Amino acid sequence: MAQIEEVSIEQYKHLVSERALTGETMLLNMGPQHPSTHGVLRLLLELDGEVIVNAIPDIGFLHTGVEKNMEAKTYQKAEVMCDRLDYMNTVGNNLSYCLAVEKLVDLDVPERAQAIRVVLTELQRIASHLVWVGTFGLDLAAMSMFLYAFRERELILDILELCSGQRMMTTYIRPGGLWRDVPVEFEAAVRNFIKIFPKRVDEYENLLTKNPIFLDRLLGIGKLTKETALSHGVTGPSLRASGVNWDLRKARPYSGYEQYDFNVPVRTEGDTYARYLVRIQEFRESLKIVEQALNKLPMGPVRSDNRKFVPPPRSEIGVSMESLIHHFKLWTEGFPAPKASIYSAVESPRGELGVYLEGDGGPKPYRVHWRTPSFDNLSVIPKIVKGHLVADLVGILASIDIVLGDIDR
Amino acid sequence: MDKKLEPVVKALQDKFGAAFEEFRGEVHAFITVEQIIEALTLLRDEHEFELLSALTAVDYWPQESPRFHVIYQLSSLAKNVTLQLRVPVNGGQPKVPTATRVYDVANWREREVFDMFGIEFEGHPDPRRILMPEGTEGYPLRKDFPLGYEEPQFTFNFEEIDLRKPYAKE
Repeated sequence: MAQIEEVSIEQYKHLVSERALTGETMLLNMGPQHPSTHGVLRLLLELDGEVIVNAIPDIGFLHTGVEKNMEAKTYQKAEVMCDRLDYMNTVGNNLSYCLAVEKLVDLDVPERAQAIRVVLTELQRIASHLVWVGTFGLDLAAMSMFLYAFRERELILDILELCSGQRMMTTYIRPGGLWRDVPVEFEAAVRNFIKIFPKRVDEYENLLTKNPIFLDRLLGIGKLTKETALSHGVTGPSLRASGVNWDLRKARPYSGYEQYDFNVPVRTEGDTYARYLVRIQEFRESLKIVEQALNKLPMGPVRSDNRKFVPPPRSEIGVSMESLIHHFKLWTEGFPAPKASIYSAVESPRGELGVYLEGDGGPKPYRVHWRTPSFDNLSVIPKIVKGHLVADLVGILASIDIVLGDIDR
Repeated sequence: MDKKLEPVVKALQDKFGAAFEEFRGEVHAFITVEQIIEALTLLRDEHEFELLSALTAVDYWPQESPRFHVIYQLSSLAKNVTLQLRVPVNGGQPKVPTATRVYDVANWREREVFDMFGIEFEGHPDPRRILMPEGTEGYPLRKDFPLGYEEPQFTFNFEEIDLRKPYAKE
């Protein structure tokens, strides 16, 4: 029998109000097994009737030690671990990791690979936002939204499967390019999605945007000011809904984002409804990027031909001794990275996804740190839920769009 | 180096005598433990570094001394530049003053660094572990913390290993 420890109020004394100590307010446990916490998040709520006085998030239930594990693997093999961080944004995680490795070892990426990377990460962003809009609706009792959103997400997962053989944990983007070129059916599949999706977004908006019940639950709820957001490190759509025009795709373009014409949706209200509107608008902007990238998809190789870092194509191994040696060396020993550190960040669907990567001259990373957006975005929750009802907490939590895999790592 | 960073670098050099290094366009400034809060406040108030993007640490045990580097990755939205501050901290009883009064985000990030490296942040309002369960022994991301493997059991040593396995026995 495992020992059951009793939780006493003593350990939370500095976090709750004095009224909790006298028993005037109630402490209520929400989660970790609660559908509206979007994973295994536990919240300790201090309630005065139905009004939240304090909220104390408790995280770590999904902690898998990814950072420690990556230190024990070579640069290529560590990549599969990063898919498992933010499981709604697997392609984006691969992209951020590969960009970091490429920056550390100074590796080039062919243009075709960059364009395909953009197409796939933007599709993944749409898929992630679809899960968000579905669960957001579900939490606010618009249940059919969930079914529609997952119908469209399936189309994107099919495209990912077409390219990589995997629906979610793709590891399709590799340091120096891609695993392989996209199949011939790829373009038709993406074009089909581009054709269908705008109408579907209109349908979502018809269902939700002006729905009076929906508006009642969202307007003016969970206000996040610009200053609080920045001080708490909130990034991504939640920051843009508070009136800060900050998108890393515009500010520090990577993978050729500077060639594409798109807008960054910004709202100034900072409430739950503004965060909803920003994400709905991002559907359309992401689709614009996908279409542009697909239209000018250049021909050419999808992997760098720097053989010191990128394994040679399979066809060469049978005929070239040197290729065989490179293949063998890269898959047994890995490639060395200089003794230096870099920080590289990309815009994930949730905000700034940063990687701190340090090499020590050997084939394994000396230290990897993931600056995951959900972690910092969640840390603002205790501040913005104060004074709201428990029912509103569900909406606020959903509007911040947290992924527990991203928080706990 | 980015032109917009030059006045910042100069200010840090004049005020704190900071050493700098540059790698692939990224600028790292070395600040001492005593001066870090002052440096962060200066950067936030006078040089528009509104966002503390990341706060983490690296363990250089056993090859380097001081053992830890605490890393502050700062971003300026107004100027669109980044700057990294590195604070070398001795092993033994590592202590750093807390940055929670400068950036709220430091609250959870410092708890994470404490949880993973055992670096104490003096004056922290909520010094508990954050990811590991309460009562965990040791600090997982330190280099002397083993990754942890399960011993493979064969017929000849099955029972011997079974006896010292940590899980519950009947």
